[in-house]
Amino acid sequence: MINFILLILIYTGIYALMAIGQNLITGYVGLLSLTQAGFFAIGSYVTAILSVTYGIDFWITVPIAGILAALFGVVIGLPTLRLSGDYLAIATLGFGEIVRNILNNWDSLTNGPMGIQRIPMITVFGMKISPYAKWGFLVVVWLFVLVAFVLFERLANSRMGRALEAVREDEIAASSMGINATRYKVWAFALGAGIAGVAGSLQSTFILSVTPGVFTFMVSIMVLCMVVLGGMGNFAAVILGAFIIQFISYFPQLVGLSNIIPPQFKQILFGLILVTMMIWRPQGILGRKTRGEPAIFKRRGGKK
Amino acid sequence: MSELLTIDSIHVSYGNIKALKDVSMHVDQGDIVCLIGANGAGKSTLLKAIVGLEPLVEGNISLDGEVIATTQMSGSSRHIKLFRRSGAAGTSSLRTDQIAGLGVALVPEGRRVFADMSVEENLDMGAFLVRDEQLIAKKKEEMYDFFPILGSRRKQKTRSLSGGEQQMMAIARALMSSPRLLLLDEPGLGLAPLIVADIFDKIRIINQEENVTVFLVEQNARMALKASNHGYVMENGRIVLSDKSEKLLADEKVRAAYLGE
Repeated sequence: MINFILLILIYTGIYALMAIGQNLITGYVGLLSLTQAGFFAIGSYVTAILSVTYGIDFWITVPIAGILAALFGVVIGLPTLRLSGDYLAIATLGFGEIVRNILNNWDSLTNGPMGIQRIPMITVFGMKISPYAKWGFLVVVWLFVLVAFVLFERLANSRMGRALEAVREDEIAASSMGINATRYKVWAFALGAGIAGVAGSLQSTFILSVTPGVFTFMVSIMVLCMVVLGGMGNFAAVILGAFIIQFISYFPQLVGLSNIIPPQFKQILFGLILVTMMIWRPQGILGRKTRGEPAIFKRRGGKK
Repeated sequence: MSELLTIDSIHVSYGNIKALKDVSMHVDQGDIVCLIGANGAGKSTLLKAIVGLEPLVEGNISLDGEVIATTQMSGSSRHIKLFRRSGAAGTSSLRTDQIAGLGVALVPEGRRVFADMSVEENLDMGAFLVRDEQLIAKKKEEMYDFFPILGSRRKQKTRSLSGGEQQMMAIARALMSSPRLLLLDEPGLGLAPLIVADIFDKIRIINQEENVTVFLVEQNARMALKASNHGYVMENGRIVLSDKSEKLLADEKVRAAYLGE
């Protein structure tokens, strides 16, 4: 039982990283992107291929996974970020599916639907962090979440964060204030993609294998749910959202009813959550964070 | 006086519809100039063209002799210029944010305040290009002195301000960057006459004391002409009249068409 809860907590951490990225894109800049699964897949495969085929250490593959996912974010972002609302959602959704199909069919690189097995475990100071022992891996994952949280929180309270919010509220007003809206949107998209790539790296060393079947559209939807449920524009809230969504999706197994409640049950629940939240609490459980609240993340100089 | 803003026979189209036809005009340094005209005459389109939000089909717009908008590389291709280091002066159109960087501040139509931000945060946004925190703080105090109502609401969300207060905030936000040229799009729109009079008073003071050149577009012809030194009249995308404001106020055609006399 405790092992199962640890497993859920590890997945919560991995998804929380993606949700943090999604929050920058959707919560701060207001772009409805549905492609975190695509960047997640890219990160996973970078680590899998580099560590299995080339024997490169996990810690070197993590930044490569993040940077490559971010680069894809820029490549996808430049043409699509001119679209707004539903159109952007559809275009990004398409990208996620394209990534999955390429991974499925590029046999020489990705080994097709079979995926890549026997990914080496993470080592810290010569000590193997086995995913079977769980505690060690849990600490590693949540350290990543902590670092990402602090970095993104700082970013959101910086000059760039202010610019992103201005772009969300009114792009024309923002650009007449001297803000290069396109550049900031692409930056946010790249950073959100990069952190999803890092989450992918962790996922592949946790499961020790990657297969294209994991990176479905459902992953992107789950991440979006976490952001909407927790509260857009609030990094702590989306981590809370990740907790709730993960526990809900493992609920049948957790209470030992998995033979009665079908796995599709969670999709019904996600739908219900989204609709209920939109009606009664569109700002999410915690809501948007107003500026300057927690004293630990004070902006550098200037504004109080 | 030297020309600060020069508009040289520009054409702007929305698809097949020609919104601006061969419009030429200029705003002198330190002057206060108005453009009046009916709904749909093309007034707002002209302001949008000046700040690079509408591409030109023909003609040039220059600021202090430097071309900021022309027929090359404008409009839809703006986004591709992302990786270009700010375009070589005088050859291509600049993006809206680059034009803002040259000291052109726009108070847009409908105010476009950042409704979920406080008054103070809005003013901070206005000073986005100013890197000197002390200067920003000083500017903010100036604005609170100039618009006392904003001073008393500085922590309040802009959404909760009245229309007149939001308009004053939009003007204050534009002034935060210490612009050379202040563009105002219908500052009196939807406001009570007393408040409109107050806002136009403030605009005159800004022009005289801060030495900011003002170009304002307004449907309320009487207010605009009284507040300005020079006026242009626009009809169906063309400039049909241009004269000193007091002469336009006395002009029979203007009186009949725009002043309801």
